[in-house]
Amino acid sequence: MTALEEPTHRTATDRDTRAELVVVGNGMSGARALEEILARGGDEMFAITVFGDEPYGNYNRILLSEVLANAAGQVVDNDDVDGDDEDELFLNPRAWYDDNGITLHAGVRVVRIDRHAKVVYGDDGSVTPYDTLVLATGSRSFFPPMDGMWASDTELTPGVFGFRSLDDATGMLRHVAGDAAMRSSTREDGKRSAVVIGGGLLGLEAAAGLQAHGLAVHVVHPTEVLMNQQLEAQASAVLRSKLEDMGMHMHLGVKTSEILLGDDGAVSGVRFTDGSTLGCDTVVVTAGIRPNIGLAVVSGLETQRAIVVDDRMRSVDDDDIFVVGECAQHRGEVYGVVGPLWEQAAVLADVVTGADPGAEYHGSRLATKLKVAGVDVAQMGVKSPERESDEFVQFSETGRGVYQTVVIRDGTLIGATLVGDISKAAALTQAFDSRSALPEERIRLLFDLGSADDGTSAADLPDDTQICNCNGVSKGDLVACVEGGAESVSACMAATRAGKGCGSCKGLVTEVVEAALGGEGAADPADSYYVPAIPMDKPTLMAEIRSRGLTSVSAVFEALAPDGKDHVGSKMGLTALLRMMWPDDVVDERDGRFINDRVHGNIQRDGTFSVVPRMSGGVTTPAQLRRIADVAEKHDIPMVKLTGGQRIDLLGVPKEKLQEVWADLDMPSGWAYGKSFRTVKTCVGTDFCRFGLGDSTQLGIDLEERYKGIEGPAKMKLGVSGCPRNCAESMVKDVGLVAIEGPRWQIYVGGAAGATVRQGEVLATVDSHDEALRLVGRFLQYYREHANWLERTYDFVPRMGLEYLKAVVVDDAEGLADGLDARMQEAVDAYADPWATDQRERTPGQFHDALPIIPLPQVPVRSSSGSPA
Amino acid sequence: MTASDGVVSDGVVSARLGPVEQIPVGEGRAFLVGDEPVAVFRPRSGGLYALRAICPHRGGPLADGLVDAEVVMCPLHNHQFRLASGECVSGGGVADVDAYTATEEDGELVVSLRSPSG
Repeated sequence: MTALEEPTHRTATDRDTRAELVVVGNGMSGARALEEILARGGDEMFAITVFGDEPYGNYNRILLSEVLANAAGQVVDNDDVDGDDEDELFLNPRAWYDDNGITLHAGVRVVRIDRHAKVVYGDDGSVTPYDTLVLATGSRSFFPPMDGMWASDTELTPGVFGFRSLDDATGMLRHVAGDAAMRSSTREDGKRSAVVIGGGLLGLEAAAGLQAHGLAVHVVHPTEVLMNQQLEAQASAVLRSKLEDMGMHMHLGVKTSEILLGDDGAVSGVRFTDGSTLGCDTVVVTAGIRPNIGLAVVSGLETQRAIVVDDRMRSVDDDDIFVVGECAQHRGEVYGVVGPLWEQAAVLADVVTGADPGAEYHGSRLATKLKVAGVDVAQMGVKSPERESDEFVQFSETGRGVYQTVVIRDGTLIGATLVGDISKAAALTQAFDSRSALPEERIRLLFDLGSADDGTSAADLPDDTQICNCNGVSKGDLVACVEGGAESVSACMAATRAGKGCGSCKGLVTEVVEAALGGEGAADPADSYYVPAIPMDKPTLMAEIRSRGLTSVSAVFEALAPDGKDHVGSKMGLTALLRMMWPDDVVDERDGRFINDRVHGNIQRDGTFSVVPRMSGGVTTPAQLRRIADVAEKHDIPMVKLTGGQRIDLLGVPKEKLQEVWADLDMPSGWAYGKSFRTVKTCVGTDFCRFGLGDSTQLGIDLEERYKGIEGPAKMKLGVSGCPRNCAESMVKDVGLVAIEGPRWQIYVGGAAGATVRQGEVLATVDSHDEALRLVGRFLQYYREHANWLERTYDFVPRMGLEYLKAVVVDDAEGLADGLDARMQEAVDAYADPWATDQRERTPGQFHDALPIIPLPQVPVRSSSGSPA
Repeated sequence: MTASDGVVSDGVVSARLGPVEQIPVGEGRAFLVGDEPVAVFRPRSGGLYALRAICPHRGGPLADGLVDAEVVMCPLHNHQFRLASGECVSGGGVADVDAYTATEEDGELVVSLRSPSG
C-alpha cells in the first residue's frame, strides 16, 4: 500500500479500531461484493484484505469469449496475440486496491479457515485474522475423467484447454497461433481442427471463437439438445441448424471416451464411445463447472453442490462467514451466470456493513441474452410449460432460423425463449422481471400485429424507406446517425426528429436504431421518465410532488430537476400533472402552458386559432346554428367546418379576436385544443332510430356535460352508439359505449382511429346509464393518474393489461374505486369554462398578436362551394 | 403589441418599448422594432432575450413558444432556438434565427437590432 502517508487514509493506529474483513476470491463476485461494501462506506468500518489465487487483479470473465474471438483478426500479423486488449478485461487494476486502502494478496491461495481462532491460512504460510470473512471462490471447469486428458496430476495434455480463466484463453490463443506458424511452414493448406467437448453456452462461445481463428470446429455434446440448460429441444434444433449452416460440425448424443495423443505427447484426436475417432489438434473442455468448495469442506462448512447459505448470504454454520457467487448454494440453486451474483453481492454488502441488516436474497429469475456464433439467443425463466394450465405460445420459422416461445402462468410471463430474432427480448425481459400484465392476445408478446411494419424486420428494410412520415426521416438517416456516434434511440430521435411528429412511428424508429446498434442499444433510463427533465417515473414523481406539497411547475423544477433548472420540453407535462393532482390548489403559472392552453384555442399553421364551442353529444339547435352563422359572418371567419367529433369549427381566428368571438358565440369551450376530454360522438339512439337499443344521444350528452374539459396525459375522445351497428364508431374511441339488448352498455376502452388504429376492448358491460357514467369516470381517472405523458389509451390499455384494468376499475380488487370516484368528482367540481373565465385577460398581453406585420389570417378563405375564394 | 419606429444610432435600429412588465415572467411577447418583428423573452431564470419573431422553419410565432433558461420552442413544430444566440438546436436542418439585444433601462424594455455578441 502506497497510501498510508496520505491524510485521507488511516494510520496504522486507527486501523486497529476497524474490524478485519477478509475476502477470499478475487473474481467477478468477490470484486463485486467488495465494490458494494465500499459503496456502503465499508472502508470506514473495515480493514480489508483480499486473496486471489490467479495472479491478476480481478477481471471480467464474461469477456473471455471476446478475448478469444477478438484476437482472431490479429493472429496472422501479430505474434503477440495476448497483447493489448487485456487491460480492458480487468475490472479493477492494482491501483484500485491501493487507492481504496485494500491489501491484495494476488497469487496466494487460502488453504484453511480456523473458524475458532478466526484466521485464514495462506499457501504462502501467512496467517490472516478476520472478523468477517467473505468466500467468493467461484468455480472451475469440470474435466470428465477420460484417458489422455492429463499429462500429469496438475497439467493438461498439450492442446487440451478448459475455458474458464484468463490463462485458459491466452493459452488457447498461443496454441492456435503457434500451431498456425508451425503449419504454415509445413503444410500449405493446413486446416487446423478443434473439438469442443460440451455444447453448453460456454462451449458454443469457445467454438465460435476458435472458428473465428480459422479452425474447423467440432462440438461434441452428450445429448441431442445443445445448450440444454437454457433451451428445450426445438429451440436447440433451430440453433443447431444455424450453427451448422455456418460450418460448425455437431456431434450430438455422443460422448468422448478418450483423448488421443500424437508422438509428441500432444493432442492428435479424440475417440468417441462408439469407437469412432476424429483427428484434431486442439481440445476445449466445457463440460460444465464445479463450485470451488474445497476450502469450505476442510473448514467444516456445510456444503452440498456448493456452500449452503441462508437468505443473508451467510454460511448456515457461521454468521461471520459470507458466501457469494458461483460457490454459493441458496435455496438449492447454484447460479453460474452474472445477474444473480450482482444481486447476491448487494444483499451481502447490506448485511455486512449494516446498511440494511434485514436485507434478504430470495433467489434470482434468470434471463440470458447472448450471441452464439452470430446467432442471437435470449432465454429467461422456464424453458417449456410445466403444468397443464401453463399457456404456451410457440412460433417457429426454421427457414429463417427463428424460433420463439413464451410460457405464461396465471397471466404472468414465467419463461421465454428467442432464437434467431431477439427483437422482443427487451420487452419480454421487462414483462418477466416486473411480472407485469400481458396483452390479451399473447402472440403480441412476440409480434407487433397490425403495425405498419407488419412482418418486416427493421434490419431488412431498404435504406431509403421512410420511417418517420411526419418529418421525412428515412432508415438510412437513422443508420447514418448511429454510424455518426449516436448511442441511443433518444439520441437518434433528437438528431433526426424521427418520431417527433405524430409519434406513431416510434416503435419502428426504435427497431431500426436498435438493429443499427447491433441489438446492443442500451435501454435508455430516460424512457421511463414522465418528463425528460426530471429523472423519475410518474408514480415516483407524483409521490415526491405530494410529499413535498409542490403545487407549481416552477416549484417542481426547483425541487426535483437535477440542476434545479426549468426545461421547455417538460413544462406541459408537469402543468397537466399538477392540474390533475391539485384540482383546487394548483398555482396557475401560465408560462408552463402550451400556447393552446394559454388562449384556449388550437394554433394553426399561420398563427391563428380555431374556435370549437362545446356541442354536447353533437346535438345543436337552430338558434345555436343561427348564432354561429352570425359570428362567422361578423368576424369574417375564413372557414367553418364540421369536425369529426360532431361539432362546428371556426377556423382562422386571430389571437386578439378570440375573446370577442367567444363572447359573441355565448357558448362554452369545446376544448378542441387540450390534452383533455374532447368530445362524445353519438348516434341518434332510441329517440329516432328504429334499431336503437339504448339512448346513446342522452348518455353522450350526459358524459360530455359531466367530464367536459377534464385534463389528462393526452386527449380523450369518446363515442356512444345506440346499438351494435356502432354508428358512433365506439370501438375506435378512447372510451366507447355500445348499447346491447337489455338494454345494457358495453364499455370499450383503448380504441383509436388516428395515427394508430386499434379496436378497443370491453372493460365492462353495465346495466344502467348511471353505472356507465360512473365507470367511465373511474376509468378516466385511473388513466389520468397512471398514464405517461402523451400516452393515449391505445398504448395505456395494452400496457396495463385489460384484465388488470378490469380488476382495478370494475371489480375494485385493490380498493381504489372510492378514491378514484372521489378524485374525479373533485375534478368535475373544480371545472370552470375557460372562455368565460378568460374574458378578463389573465396575463399582460395574453391575446396580443405574436406575428406583427404579417396580416392574418394567412389560411385561404373558402367559399361554401369548398374551393378557396 | 407595441410598435416603435425606432432610433438609428451607429447604423443600428433600437427602440424603447415600454415597461418590462408587458412580458409576463417565463413568457415572450412580440414587438415591432422599426420594420422588424421581434419576440422578447423573459425567462424565469432572469434576463431579457430578443429573437426575430418568426420561426425560420415554417413561419411560426416564436413569441407564443414555451421558454426555459436556454431556449424557446416554436409552438408549431417544436423546433428549439437558443435565446442567447438564435441557434437552432433541434436539428432537422432548420436555420438559426436572428438574435438581437434586449435590455432593461429604468424599468423600460429596450431592444436594438444588434446581435447580442457584437
